[in-house]
Amino acid sequence: MKGVKETLRAALLSFVILAVLLGAWHLATLPKEQAAASDDEYAKLMGKGAKKSDGFPTPAQLGETIVRQLSDPFYDNGPNDKGIGIQLAHSLARVGAGFALAMLVAVPLGFLIGMSPLLYRAFDPFIQVLKPISPLAWMPIALYTIKDSSVSGVFVIFICSLWPTLINTAYGVGAVRRDWLNVARTLEVRPLRKAFQVILPAAAPTILTGMRISIGIAWLVIVAAEMLVGGTGIGYFVWNEWNNLNLTNVIFAILVIGVVGMALDILCGRLQTLVTYVE
Amino acid sequence: MSAFRNPLDPNVTLGACPCGQHASAAEHDAQAATGERSDDDSIDALNRRVVESAVMRALFPRDATRRRFIRAVGAGTALSAISSVVPFGALEAIAQEKGPLEKKDLKIGFIPITCATPLIMAHPLGFYKRQGLNVDVVKTAGWALIRDKMLNKEYDATHFLSPMPLAISLGIGSTAVPMDVATIQNTNGQAITLHVKHKERRDPKLWKGFKFAVPFDYSMHNFLLRYYVAEAGLDPDKDIQIRVVPPPEMVANLRAGNIDGFLGPDPFNQRAVYDEVGFIHMLTKEIWDGHPCCAFGTSAAFIRENPNTFAALYRAVLEAARMAREAKNRELIAKVIAPTAYLNQPETVVAQVLTGKYADGLGAVKTDPNRIDFDPFPWQSMAVWILTQMKRWGYIKGDVNYKQIAERVFLVTDARKRMAEMDMKAPTTSYAKFKVMGKEFDPAAPDKYLASFAISRAA
Repeated sequence: MKGVKETLRAALLSFVILAVLLGAWHLATLPKEQAAASDDEYAKLMGKGAKKSDGFPTPAQLGETIVRQLSDPFYDNGPNDKGIGIQLAHSLARVGAGFALAMLVAVPLGFLIGMSPLLYRAFDPFIQVLKPISPLAWMPIALYTIKDSSVSGVFVIFICSLWPTLINTAYGVGAVRRDWLNVARTLEVRPLRKAFQVILPAAAPTILTGMRISIGIAWLVIVAAEMLVGGTGIGYFVWNEWNNLNLTNVIFAILVIGVVGMALDILCGRLQTLVTYVE
Repeated sequence: MSAFRNPLDPNVTLGACPCGQHASAAEHDAQAATGERSDDDSIDALNRRVVESAVMRALFPRDATRRRFIRAVGAGTALSAISSVVPFGALEAIAQEKGPLEKKDLKIGFIPITCATPLIMAHPLGFYKRQGLNVDVVKTAGWALIRDKMLNKEYDATHFLSPMPLAISLGIGSTAVPMDVATIQNTNGQAITLHVKHKERRDPKLWKGFKFAVPFDYSMHNFLLRYYVAEAGLDPDKDIQIRVVPPPEMVANLRAGNIDGFLGPDPFNQRAVYDEVGFIHMLTKEIWDGHPCCAFGTSAAFIRENPNTFAALYRAVLEAARMAREAKNRELIAKVIAPTAYLNQPETVVAQVLTGKYADGLGAVKTDPNRIDFDPFPWQSMAVWILTQMKRWGYIKGDVNYKQIAERVFLVTDARKRMAEMDMKAPTTSYAKFKVMGKEFDPAAPDKYLASFAISRAA
């Protein structure tokens, strides 16, 4: 009973914080009186009187934009003007492809490294050097060698989501309790069976944690990568609206990016609880 | 059998036959199979009939209506009335190019600036379609990316800064791949914009320590800005800082105070005024009236492999340039290219650039119909000037064979041929003298010109 009450109170508090933020925002963006221009023609050319798209929007304007964008998310006016739904689909497809490839490499490789202390030491310097490189720094090299901008985007996602999973897998595999391995040895379990039925379930929670970090980073990076190479995706949408200095659309895109990122994280969290065990 | 059926004859039926010569498609096929052709019709007359028939069929989908119309007004009146709105001559020229298109689905890159007007407007106005091409015009984030996507062959043709094909062909700032300039996209149309806080510092001598943005190293913007400040006695490499910023990001940077000004393409000069963060110090037209800025081009390999497609593309862009040159069309063009899919700018900003009636950001309305123009002819003398400046600022080292490079990259022969097809007047010479800030440039003596500058990196 106490738990439910706590949740309610937290929700109420969240709501109050939101209301305060929106109120402050509304007050800060109240339209100012525009000085009456002396020269009518000049004022008209400067766009006075007409609705200008720049400047910080009021919460009401943002609401309007959200309704307008979400009421038709899948329109397609040629390669440079697509609905938010299509842009999101492009971004998610890139993240999905890059992330899947990274997992195909990171999990088996992490397994190998984790099971063999020799390999662990041999690979360690490479991982330590490559891990801290900003994935976007790979972009010029990727564009030059891969010669395809959208594959380069996938490559950048691949390289940034590789490391957390690789390191976590290696750590998880290396940290399986010795007792369990000893039991397996006593029972003369073959290596393959040992890997799949003893080590994998034992290391799964750590591996999933790595994947959760990876997908979070991948989603962070895709926006920046798409702003750089353009074409399609939510990052391109932000860039295109930045060109037009249309902050309302940029804020809308930021909200969408946040919500999708949260959804991806929740999804990974669910998977994680599935494989978690109590010792 | 029958002579060519005259589409202006009220007694003739224009059937579903593709050439318009037969009453039905079946009859057409039958004659085509026997290879029979009337000898008394010359190819030209035949061609004209085909074009006329096609136009008449398009104008009067119902044959009965066409016959009634011609009976009522007479064939002569009908022809002159129709030819006043439909350029029969141009259509015939197009029909004469018999070669089949090697490639129909094309991707053309562009940067969202008014320089690319002909290339962009050809898309919504259907000029590419009219040439049988299915073109996607793709907005691109910056010039380096345009270069990479051309080198990767992701784009078939593109909007270039006019010095870029010279630099890429020479392998400067890039791997060396031969690139060609088919047409100049626009002349003039740039400006020096300063932050509003510098309203009192209009004299370039006071600009020491300023930070300026230009779109790319190999751009007219860079060379004109360097020329302008050097004339005022400032060394562009030591006394000011010049940064490369993609045009769409210039206004945001100016607002944030990252830069003091920029020599950039429109609509961003006008956009800075519209957003009240900058004012137009001067149009680049005042530095060199008629200077080229952007170009339309592609790789030499694309032209070699797809000559007919290239010719069709050429005509589409020339047709757009011809329309864009007319002052009366500018308002319409602004409306067509301002939406999200193209420039993504408020229409009034684009209209102020194209019509030349603009707010300067200092409280005055100025009118200059030549603020931007779209003369497509790729003067080789322009290429030579660009090369002298590339050498002047140390982008090229050593001896330069100016004429040879200019003639390889700027395709004047093609330009003349295609412009003649479109009934456009092309100059007969490829080199012309012009003045930059009052100083005459003679393309025949580039080295002498280069040696005349006090501030220069050329050895």
